[in-house]
Amino acid sequence: MATQHSQSADRLTMAPPAPKPESQPAAADHQSGTKHARTAARLMMAPAVILLLGWMLVPLTMTLYFSFKKFLPLRGGDLGWVGFDNYVRFVSSSAFWPSVQATLVIVGGVLAITVVLGVLLATLLNQPMWGRGVVRILVIAPFFVMPTVSALVWKNMFMDPVNGLLAHVWRAFGAEPLVWLTEASTQSIILIVSWQWLPFATLILLTAIQSLDSEQLEAAEMDGAPPVKRFAYITLPHLSRAITVVLLIQTIFLLSIFAEIFVTTQGAFGTKTLTYLIFQRVLESQNIGLGSAGGVYAIILANIVAIFLMRIVGKNLDA
Amino acid sequence: MARAITSQRKALNTALAWGVGLLIFFPILWTILTSFKTEAQAISDPPVFLFFDWTLENYSVVQQRSDYGRFLWNSIIIAGGSTILGIIIAVPAAWSMAFVPSKRTKDILLWMLSTKMLPAVGVLYPIYLIFIKLGLLDTKTGLVIVLMLINLPIIVWMLYTYFKEIPGEILEAARMDGATLREEVLYILTPMAIPGIASTLLLNVILAWNEAFWTLNLTAAKAAPLTAFIASYSSPEGLFYAKLSAASTMAIAPILILGWFSQKQLVSGLTFGAVK
Repeated sequence: MATQHSQSADRLTMAPPAPKPESQPAAADHQSGTKHARTAARLMMAPAVILLLGWMLVPLTMTLYFSFKKFLPLRGGDLGWVGFDNYVRFVSSSAFWPSVQATLVIVGGVLAITVVLGVLLATLLNQPMWGRGVVRILVIAPFFVMPTVSALVWKNMFMDPVNGLLAHVWRAFGAEPLVWLTEASTQSIILIVSWQWLPFATLILLTAIQSLDSEQLEAAEMDGAPPVKRFAYITLPHLSRAITVVLLIQTIFLLSIFAEIFVTTQGAFGTKTLTYLIFQRVLESQNIGLGSAGGVYAIILANIVAIFLMRIVGKNLDA
Repeated sequence: MARAITSQRKALNTALAWGVGLLIFFPILWTILTSFKTEAQAISDPPVFLFFDWTLENYSVVQQRSDYGRFLWNSIIIAGGSTILGIIIAVPAAWSMAFVPSKRTKDILLWMLSTKMLPAVGVLYPIYLIFIKLGLLDTKTGLVIVLMLINLPIIVWMLYTYFKEIPGEILEAARMDGATLREEVLYILTPMAIPGIASTLLLNVILAWNEAFWTLNLTAAKAAPLTAFIASYSSPEGLFYAKLSAASTMAIAPILILGWFSQKQLVSGLTFGAVK
């Protein structure tokens, strides 16, 4: 075991300079000067690169441009340059801090729930059992439900204070049914979104758990380590990378959840996230300058998260 | 003795896992069941679980009243079209990055991924404006293009991951035998890459089918896919639980089935190969 470990450590440190066997023929081609192949390769890459470059640069430039303008298409149109006015006004509007808070609570809540339950569920699904394949299918299913469907089904058939299933459950226990989406609006959104994303976290963590060396766990068991310790000292550290990946990818998607709020509260009752606020500024009140400044903030925020994710993914490309 | 303990533990695990699994699946199950009830049964108190008069009426009502077929058709065109177009553009790119890598390949891959991180709401108005100027608002063509672009990075990444697993020696042998680049791609790589392309196709159809920012904001009546059709139930009139359930069941059924086939690819596809 020890030698195996040092070997794999060697491989890790050696990896970047050592050329991979598959890429050797291509590298040889470079030297022998098959310019033809390289030119062809560039041409083949061009459509994808050009399209994505356009997709990124054109709207981004326009958003930046509008963010420095007073621009109200329905009330006078382009009213000239205003410098950083929109940026200041977006941040100082009374809706801004509540939206930051709503975003943090919703994203943080969903992350906490999905990662904690995801680790537990993945551990459970990794145990020997009958019909694991079927259970896995049941657990993954919510991820494939389109956001508008899951939001509407939860809103009407579960959270409705009169006819919702949860109201029936509450009444069965003699309690007054909750008006979920007004009295516990943020929690309701967190519940709906967590239900959608728990499968994703579980599936990825399960994949990671399955790559865990079972000999290590068996050795620890033989040495008399109780299950909780085995989990805390072997399984959890092994999962740290997968957990990081889940956290980062989910954060990027969760920062821009839209449909779940659009069809439930429309941003009322403290569920107006940053994304929803920008959407309202742009499409509902048609204040393009202000909305664009908000958009730039959202882009910066997403990029901060993205940088960390890219580092992990980039490292993986080398290995 | 030890055997008895493990089989006991296995039974416990099974019971626990099935319990949790059914709990998580329950909202979907409940929706499917409700779709076969009458509107009165759908809101009966106490709720009925299995023992009601099963009816298919809701399905025909949804189709007649709201022309479900048209939304379904829009969804198929938008999800299928954007995926196929994306694959046509991504295959050559992924091929060249996997087999003729340069120093910049990694940077290009990471940069492509970074475009996926762009928050949609940040570029909502520019896209809206471009769509109006080009007459693309509320057209299937417009949505095919936008969804193709937002999923293109994932498509390139997935294909790249699959292509890299094809051994380079085979290509070299083909080159020795005098195969041209075109022949190499058509007759050697493509057949070997079919499984990878198929799973990329599957995952991206799912992602495009469920996309609910651009499809809600860039369509009105003509090009609206199922996401928008379902959203129109958010302010309904009268009794509608059974009909909502029927519409929801029809909207998610195809993707649930496709999704179950694509479990494995889901992980490496959605984590950009960071977890395999």
